[in-house]
Amino acid sequence: MTLLSIQDLRVAFRMGKVNGVAQRAEAVKGVTFDIAQNTTVALVGESGSGKSVTAMSVLNLLPDNAERSGKILWQGKDLLRTPLHELQHLRGKEIACVFQDPMQSLNPVFTVGDQLCEPLVKHMKMGQRAALERAEQCLVEVGMPEPKRRLAAYPHELSGGQQQRVMIAMALACEPKLLIADEPTTALDVTIQRQILELIAEIQRKHRMSVLFISHDLGVVGEIADEVLVMRNGILREQGPVAAIFASPKDAYTQALLACRPSLERNPARLMVIDDHIAGRAAQQEPKPKDPSAPVVLEVRGLSKSFWIKQGLFGRREFKAVQNVNFQLRKGHTLGVVGESGSGKTTMGLSLLRLHEANTGPMSGEAIFGGKNLLTLTDRERQPMRRRIQVVFQNPYASLNPRFTIGQTLVEPMAIHGIGADTNERENRARTLLEKVDLDGTAFGKYPHEFSGGQRQRIAIARALTLNPEVLVLDEAVSALDVSVQAQVLNLLKDLQDELGLAYIFISHDLAVVRFISDEVLVMKDGVVVEQASAARILAAPREEYTRRLLAAVPRGYRPARAVA
Amino acid sequence: MSPQDASHRAPEGARPAWGGPAPGMSAALQSGTAAIAQVEHSEGVWHAAWRRFKTDRVGLVCAVIVVAFLLLIAMAALGLVAKNWQKEVGVPNAPPTFIGPRPPEAIGAIEVPKGPNVDLSAVDPLAPRYKEWDERAAKFKTQEVVKAETLPMGGDRFGRDVLAKAIKGTQISVFVGVMAALVATLIGTLLGALSGYFGGRVGDFLEWLYNVFEAIPGILLIFAFAAVFGRGITTVVLILGLTGWSGLYRQVRSEFIKHRSREYVRAAEAIGASVWSRIFTHILPNVSHVVLVRMSLLVVGFIKAEVILSYLGLGVGVDDVSWGTMLAEAQSELILGYWWQLAAATAFMAVFVTAFSLMTDALRDALDPKLRGLE
Repeated sequence: MTLLSIQDLRVAFRMGKVNGVAQRAEAVKGVTFDIAQNTTVALVGESGSGKSVTAMSVLNLLPDNAERSGKILWQGKDLLRTPLHELQHLRGKEIACVFQDPMQSLNPVFTVGDQLCEPLVKHMKMGQRAALERAEQCLVEVGMPEPKRRLAAYPHELSGGQQQRVMIAMALACEPKLLIADEPTTALDVTIQRQILELIAEIQRKHRMSVLFISHDLGVVGEIADEVLVMRNGILREQGPVAAIFASPKDAYTQALLACRPSLERNPARLMVIDDHIAGRAAQQEPKPKDPSAPVVLEVRGLSKSFWIKQGLFGRREFKAVQNVNFQLRKGHTLGVVGESGSGKTTMGLSLLRLHEANTGPMSGEAIFGGKNLLTLTDRERQPMRRRIQVVFQNPYASLNPRFTIGQTLVEPMAIHGIGADTNERENRARTLLEKVDLDGTAFGKYPHEFSGGQRQRIAIARALTLNPEVLVLDEAVSALDVSVQAQVLNLLKDLQDELGLAYIFISHDLAVVRFISDEVLVMKDGVVVEQASAARILAAPREEYTRRLLAAVPRGYRPARAVA
Repeated sequence: MSPQDASHRAPEGARPAWGGPAPGMSAALQSGTAAIAQVEHSEGVWHAAWRRFKTDRVGLVCAVIVVAFLLLIAMAALGLVAKNWQKEVGVPNAPPTFIGPRPPEAIGAIEVPKGPNVDLSAVDPLAPRYKEWDERAAKFKTQEVVKAETLPMGGDRFGRDVLAKAIKGTQISVFVGVMAALVATLIGTLLGALSGYFGGRVGDFLEWLYNVFEAIPGILLIFAFAAVFGRGITTVVLILGLTGWSGLYRQVRSEFIKHRSREYVRAAEAIGASVWSRIFTHILPNVSHVVLVRMSLLVVGFIKAEVILSYLGLGVGVDDVSWGTMLAEAQSELILGYWWQLAAATAFMAVFVTAFSLMTDALRDALDPKLRGLE
């Protein structure tokens, strides 16, 4: 039986007036689909495809400037024409939501118990005691360790995965018929993502409810969905059962989405990007062999970094974030660093750049770069070394100064280091670099907010390249991007490496991505390197249990074996 | 808006000739397409703010009022209007024109005696000299100054024009408010930036300083400064500036703490930007809207503070006039029923302060980056 039926839904946003003419931006352009009882429907698309807007219009959780038309039938009743107070009865009780960022979705000043009890008291008219008992049951159900103690905990005391479990428990509290999960795993590490996916699948089976699962990653969706809808630019491109979508995708866009994710099985030299696929170009299959005797540019021996943690009134405790890391990085090669959050991989990368202030804790070991130890340089000696080792950060929305034009952002480092004779020359060079990262010259005078995440990340790469570095530290540089955009940036990084002979230190939590780009891989856990081997060997014969767990957590898309079992 | 507008027209085919440790890269870059000479500039943050501001009707009207006031102040400062505000042009406490002259006071109700005048010349010892004095007096020219019975907005107890006084008072009060706000903003921004960026010992010291200033009741601190420095416009500016920076300091400090760990600041550090460049060219422009809005609030606050100080006799000097001194004079006039000085000063102040506050409000809406894209 059909639970929710969306018919020709259109959503537009009023964008104010320009010269007296009202501006409207159409986000969803006539979408029609049904969600049957006891099924998981996945809505897949890149950012800006209108997938979240479609889902949020079901409960009218859109901003005030949205205009909806069409029909949204919930068990035969049109939700577009339902008054707000009736909708509020539906929200949380019949249709529940889980959002992307659990840290932002939970209220930091209330305990987990308070937040779990709220919908129970409101919708189920339970007393406080009954609600608490039910809340504990919910926590047990989502697999929270020590549920009784967690009821009194505040959100910040929980890890990201546990917070998302609480969000799911809240959504489940009133036993809704439909769960809308809006990118529930995007903000999480792959290992935690795996746990949450399994949890959602299990709960769906147990309660026989329906799930509308929104994601940008077809690989994730393939593991739990029954039906898949692929959306692009506000239009449904393809819909069908998951087996059909994965086995024989009809739409070129769907095929491209399937191809652009780095996988553990294949390792092409370049990833397919959406445009390639639509244009019908085939991927290059064989990666170019690398020169194993290339000169060593960076040699790290026994690198350790600790942070002081205040304890008591005067005391402090040493927290060892990174312990005894050793590696050699050759010109034109890539060192992949994998681990979960808190494994010390970012601290390791930033220590090489000395981006931690000295008073945060002691650092020891050696990092020999161009005959000098990076860790003991004075400030004056460090300045010329900065040119040669550069960094690209995770979040492209935060790493560019919003008040600088792209031109200013790119010219500044050259001016600091005296590269180029005058401003003209520097600007020319900045434009050339922009073209190198596939942006045109018009980007020069624009501000960061006018670019998408992938474009911003390319600008950040261009900024790092302004100084002609030899080593580039890429700190989760593609983790915040959609898979399709991630493929473009990964290809760009490979091209730049081939062309300029750069050495990369590539930090990521996703082994599939690391495998695509790296020659050697360090697996880190709690500040210690647990396994260190070539990328192929890590994949073929992982030695450690932890590495195997990381490997198992990589989403593999739809596998028929699972459907049979 | 941007400093590099002029430098955009790069010469065609200019060949960059930088060197670097990665020669392969330089070669690759040189073979790239020749730079495009024409670059279109995007809308900057301030430009976008102005575009949003223009759509706010209330804000725009208030901005017009504020600009009109500023013009009036400029004219007053140049001596084009209200130059002779100290001249006694009217009768004491002359009423405003729209009320009309005061009715002549009914004196001499005693009945005039009838009968012949008494001749006192027999007993008056000075009588023989009256003629001589009259002759001597006739040699000098005397002119009776006709004082106006009414003035546009009335007169004070010396017969000075209240309108001229109010205009001159506007000049002084607004000048004091703006200058004091500038001083306070400068101190607050600088200390807040240092404290927020460096933290540690520097931050501790500045927090201590801040706490000392905050621990003393504000009005007492002002009295103490006023007692030491004496009266005068400069003093009032300094007093208000030196005591009023703490709120702005707190806000700038918190903004800097927030921005210090942002990735764009780290990225600036990674490219080798100096500490001062990070503080002033990277972070400061990103918190400038906070500073600007806070400063406009300070202007309003300081104008009111100046009024209170002058009212209490600690404000501007006796030779000057401000809204505060006008209000102080009005106190004694009000008992006698002369309300116009109070009304004039209040009206000027109310209109300016209200317009300025609403303009500030609109400004904040226009500058708040969180509203971007919502509109």
